[in-house]
Amino acid sequence: MNSTPRRRILGAVAGLALAGLALAGCSAPSGGTGGGTGSADDLDAALEEGGELTYWSWTPSAEAQVAAFEEAYPNVDVELVNAGTNTEEYTKLQNAIKAGSGAPDVVQIEYYALPQFALSDSLVDLSQYGFGELEDQYSPGTWGSVTVGDAIYGLPQDSGPMALFYNKTVFDEFGLEVPTTWDEYVAAAEQLHTADPTKYITNDTGDAGFATSMIWQAGGKPFQVEGTEVTIDLADEGVQKWTGVWNQLVENDLVASVPGWTDEWFRALGDGTIATLVTGAWMPGVLQASVPEASGDWAVAPIPTYDGEPATAENGGGGQSVTSQSENPALAAAFLRWLNSDPASIEIFLESGGFPATTDDLSDPEFVGVESEYFGGQKINEVLTQASEEVVEGWQYLPFQTYANSIFGDTVGQAYADKRDLAEGLAEWQEQLVAYGNEQGFTVAE
Amino acid sequence: MSALRFAKTTSGLRPRRSILLTVIMGLLAIYALLPLFWLFVNSTKTQAALFSTFGLWFGGEFALFDNIVQTLTYDDGEFVRWLGNTLLYVVVGAGGATALATLAGYGLAKFDFPGRRAVFAVVLGAVAVPGTALAVPTFLMFSQLGLTNTPWAIILPSLISPFGLYLIWVYAVDSVPTELLEAARIDGAGEFRTFFTISSRLLAPGFVTVLLFAIVATWNNYFLPLIMLSDPAWYPLTVGLNQWNAQATGVGAQPIYNLVITGSLLTIIPIVVAFLFLQRYWQSGLSAGSVKQ
Repeated sequence: MNSTPRRRILGAVAGLALAGLALAGCSAPSGGTGGGTGSADDLDAALEEGGELTYWSWTPSAEAQVAAFEEAYPNVDVELVNAGTNTEEYTKLQNAIKAGSGAPDVVQIEYYALPQFALSDSLVDLSQYGFGELEDQYSPGTWGSVTVGDAIYGLPQDSGPMALFYNKTVFDEFGLEVPTTWDEYVAAAEQLHTADPTKYITNDTGDAGFATSMIWQAGGKPFQVEGTEVTIDLADEGVQKWTGVWNQLVENDLVASVPGWTDEWFRALGDGTIATLVTGAWMPGVLQASVPEASGDWAVAPIPTYDGEPATAENGGGGQSVTSQSENPALAAAFLRWLNSDPASIEIFLESGGFPATTDDLSDPEFVGVESEYFGGQKINEVLTQASEEVVEGWQYLPFQTYANSIFGDTVGQAYADKRDLAEGLAEWQEQLVAYGNEQGFTVAE
Repeated sequence: MSALRFAKTTSGLRPRRSILLTVIMGLLAIYALLPLFWLFVNSTKTQAALFSTFGLWFGGEFALFDNIVQTLTYDDGEFVRWLGNTLLYVVVGAGGATALATLAGYGLAKFDFPGRRAVFAVVLGAVAVPGTALAVPTFLMFSQLGLTNTPWAIILPSLISPFGLYLIWVYAVDSVPTELLEAARIDGAGEFRTFFTISSRLLAPGFVTVLLFAIVATWNNYFLPLIMLSDPAWYPLTVGLNQWNAQATGVGAQPIYNLVITGSLLTIIPIVVAFLFLQRYWQSGLSAGSVKQ
């Protein structure tokens, strides 16, 4: 049933096509934005006037949100299209951008992929519509992820501050303490695997999203972007801190080599084979929906740190943007504003199990204090909302991060497979990224 | 006379049993059938049982019919829509491709005209180019024409089958005697009448072979629709099932592996049926031209 290899190959083929098409889309970003000029007043006028919009999204809440919007603004007709989940959607979006037609008005883009589309002038700068005033509504980490300088290329929908999810039943059975530092985490990994060789502290076969978030948490800033000037240093202090810890797990065979999001992985989360997950705050929804048999086993704790000082990073999460191809950018922006800032819309989003990016909701006592039945009555949002305030600032993704992530498996993933120093894999990743960035018209320094 | 001799030679070559070959044959059969067996076994399981039971045997409650109902009704019957799309692409695309290949292959085999060798070279060259390599240029061309995200984006490229053309050509050279065509012409039949009443019947095994190839190719077509279509309303089954599979990934993941598996099972049934019904034509088509009559 595991179709991952096939999907990988197809994904790689699609990735090649994307790389080819991305050449023009990504090269030599220039100033200015598409979509004309406008103001905040235009948005209300556009909503009044109405029109048709296309919205690409794969979030479970999208359908109900669109229905609620159309009810509130009967003149507007929104066609919701699920054009694929994450990378599949980006490939289609990139193709449509390259082709010059076929892109939707409003599109869901995760934070890591946003710079790629923003810097190629494929998205509308929303600051012209007065979106700057919305800044206070969002947690700083997510706001930083949708802005480039003064330009605003989207509104955050969800966030994923990282925390430690652990299987309490397994921890109790083997007498493990919940680790607060990474050294304790490594010790727990050894203790658990020695006591029961079928069990692992976590799984990791080399996941770009996870690795970049871990480097982020360690204070690393491997990617620096200033216009078309890019600096890549995948051996900075933060990176070394992370590899220092993670190498011990990888080289000593202490992590399960189960790829994430496979059936095997969901099974391992259910039967205790994988004892912890270091991941984003959106994970409870996934566990609840897809690992029901482990109800009552899991608990949440703050992410372990290097020195005891609280620090975390964002993992996953994203927002929506207006594309430059939109023929009615004011209306598209008005829909986007409603989608990610109107309480009616956010309520639907929260009901679907999403973790918000809006500070009002993150500090809402009702949200924070809710006792999760799945987590044995723990008030998990206390831990998770606290984490959203402790995200390390200053992180940047590459303006070609989707490509970068697509070759992560071929470089760093090989170091994982061979159980050797991850720094070697990262060096190889860097080498390929520098070459690719220069080909794309960026000036890449190391 | 020739039939008699044929009977004699076969009795002289009474097949000998070889244990080694039988074992190898058995292993290959298992190798080929195991994935199908797996597919069937797991389509009888619920999403929860998939994760908790042994993969190669039945386990948990028998949920096949429940899974089928869910597959057909999930997300407002998306699957049924995809099945309809696939049928449309197969009937119009593969049917059209076979008809065009038959006409062209026959024409090239039985009519002499200047430039025939050039056409031959082009067709042979086209056989060698994989469709995947043409997908991106085709996409860019179609998007200039405003045809992406419409059924035409799948149907038009499917209509071209250089391989089918080549097959019919080779088949027509041997199976349609030129003398027969000349006789028909002398009797006053026009070229179209000759084709439809005489040649088309002689070409039937070749036609069915090409049709089967085209049906399988269109039914399994993945990369072209993946690139061309962004609206699930026009997806064929292949791309749709992959979208369901991808739902298990990332924030807001909703794994529906049981439906992906059941959907896959339902997807292969029509193609298996098509094979069983058409296989006798297929066999005679395959051996066409191997023996000089």
